[in-house]
Amino acid sequence: MTNSLIRPTRRKLLTMTAGAALATPFLSIRASAQTVNLSMLAWYGHAEPDIVGEFEEANNVKFTPKYYTGGDNMLGLIAQSPPGTYDVILSDGEYVQQLNAAGYIQELDPADYPFDDFYPEFQKFPGHWVDDKLYSVITRFGFLGVAYNTEAFTEEEASTYAVYSDDRATGKLGHFDWHLPNLGQISLWNGNPSPYDIDADAWQGVQDKAMGLRPQVGGFFDYGGTFSSLESGQMTLFSGIGDWITGVLEKNGAKVRSVIPEEGGLQFTESFSIGKGTQNYDMAKKWIQYITSAEGQAKSANMAAYPALIPSEAGWKVLNDTNLAEAKRQNMVLGERNVMDMIREGLIQYRQLPVQQDLGDWNDFWSDYKAS
Amino acid sequence: MKRPSLFSLVLALPLLVWQLAFFLFPLLFLIAISFWTVKMFQMQPDLNFGNWQRILTRGVFWDAYLRTMILATSAAVLTSAIAFPASYAISFKLSDTAKRWMVFILIIPFFTSYLVRVYSLQVFLTDAGIINAALGYIGLGPLPLLNNTFGTLVGMMTLCLPLVILLQTFSLNFVNRDLIEAAHNLRCGRLRTVFAVVVPSAKVGLVVAALFAFILSFGDFVSPLYLGGGNPPTLSIMITDITKSGQQWPRAAVVAIMMIGTLMTVAFAAITYAYKERGK
Repeated sequence: MTNSLIRPTRRKLLTMTAGAALATPFLSIRASAQTVNLSMLAWYGHAEPDIVGEFEEANNVKFTPKYYTGGDNMLGLIAQSPPGTYDVILSDGEYVQQLNAAGYIQELDPADYPFDDFYPEFQKFPGHWVDDKLYSVITRFGFLGVAYNTEAFTEEEASTYAVYSDDRATGKLGHFDWHLPNLGQISLWNGNPSPYDIDADAWQGVQDKAMGLRPQVGGFFDYGGTFSSLESGQMTLFSGIGDWITGVLEKNGAKVRSVIPEEGGLQFTESFSIGKGTQNYDMAKKWIQYITSAEGQAKSANMAAYPALIPSEAGWKVLNDTNLAEAKRQNMVLGERNVMDMIREGLIQYRQLPVQQDLGDWNDFWSDYKAS
Repeated sequence: MKRPSLFSLVLALPLLVWQLAFFLFPLLFLIAISFWTVKMFQMQPDLNFGNWQRILTRGVFWDAYLRTMILATSAAVLTSAIAFPASYAISFKLSDTAKRWMVFILIIPFFTSYLVRVYSLQVFLTDAGIINAALGYIGLGPLPLLNNTFGTLVGMMTLCLPLVILLQTFSLNFVNRDLIEAAHNLRCGRLRTVFAVVVPSAKVGLVVAALFAFILSFGDFVSPLYLGGGNPPTLSIMITDITKSGQQWPRAAVVAIMMIGTLMTVAFAAITYAYKERGK
């Protein structure tokens, strides 16, 4: 027998192969019966092992991520998929209302989630609640300001949007290729207290200011291009981004940082929702509970793909205890002036969809600006 | 004229099926969706001419169209001009063994993804890159080589040059050597022989090579984005911009149809010119 296994005859080999082939479906059926497959629609990094690994192991879950870039891309993917395709959906805060209006996400029970651990500013986050009903749970946020090369500019010089016009930045100013954060920053630079809620005159002012900046622009970059042009020093100033990109580069030794300028900064938020029609509601709920718990939040703050701030005060405590260096780098140290003070001082405005103009108007202007 | 046999028709069938399935039907579908509308990020079948009107009446589109035409034409002309001396040398000056080695070497670039090659070109072209560092040693520069038209053209020529040299070489290999000998016997100078005998004899191959360079450059997305910095945008970048904002696939379809129409016109004109006999 041993000999026949080591040196099988052709007939024996065929028999063994056929047997193995027939048995395979039973093995896979057995395995899939035990493992829950949870599909996640998210920005890159949210379903990578550094974030979901422990949860997968503890709950016998396997995440199937579908990554997108930008809220429009996300809405398009959901719109073109059958209901229930995505169990959990991570979206930018301003798109939660659209997800809800289109009926893509389910109502959630607030009692299921640790809102008491959150800073008060994030307990009833705008757009996430409709008529006192909860539809999405905020999990991370971050600031967008002036990203700069520390060898080309000092922090003081970069602390105003006017640095974009600096002679040294001619041909060295990069844009993250999305109109919303870039035009929001220019709106702040023009002194609009609510950068996205502006009348026709103020909107014209934003367009004029942007066009004046055009000769400075060295390029319009996607996610990968933004990283490489900042890292190589080809772009020494960058508009439309923040620590979510420069933080990753800084950790890897690149001479780049982000600063919130005196005219104020923008805030992006990321929130988890549960897709309507999901077959895995309980597991999806369990995941959101995990990632909004103190430990999940501390882990999320230091996500390998891109770091971010966290809304849970309990999460801050864990991060301060376990990774003080990262808490310091992101200005989340308890007991001293931190990012929550910046929000409370009114220095930060939410990034949102334009209120008085159609989104198409902003899109069209951005196309004209790029082509000019 | 002899009727084609059943056997030859059967042999041609896979090509026909392939073209129907992967060219004609997608093209018809593309034309159809250019009349659809988008509501709440969902495409809905419609017969709406608004997408055509919106794209074709915007200056931004025509600027990008003209820019893309100029870029692709420049890439085709420059690539052909740079490639010709190399192709001529390979075809006329090298031994058969050396020729085989050169063809092999020209195929090697296709082993690596174009995207990877373009990313690695950034290392050469940045302000602190290899070229500018070398120029710095002799007190020059830094020259702006990246995120502009120059960068885009470098990328397009990287894509096209090996293919153009190969096509030109194969076409020069078929030039009748007796004609060249006859030209020399009739006291035709070397340079004049090239332009009066070699180029006209290899016209079809040279035009087809330039046409390939034009087609590849006209639709290229990678070089204009990663070496040109998307600044200013070409038609391919415009398509991605339109789909990113509001999922306007029908409007992007209009741009795509205009591109396909342009390519077909240019290809038809080029092939007609290539096969046109002198004096006719």
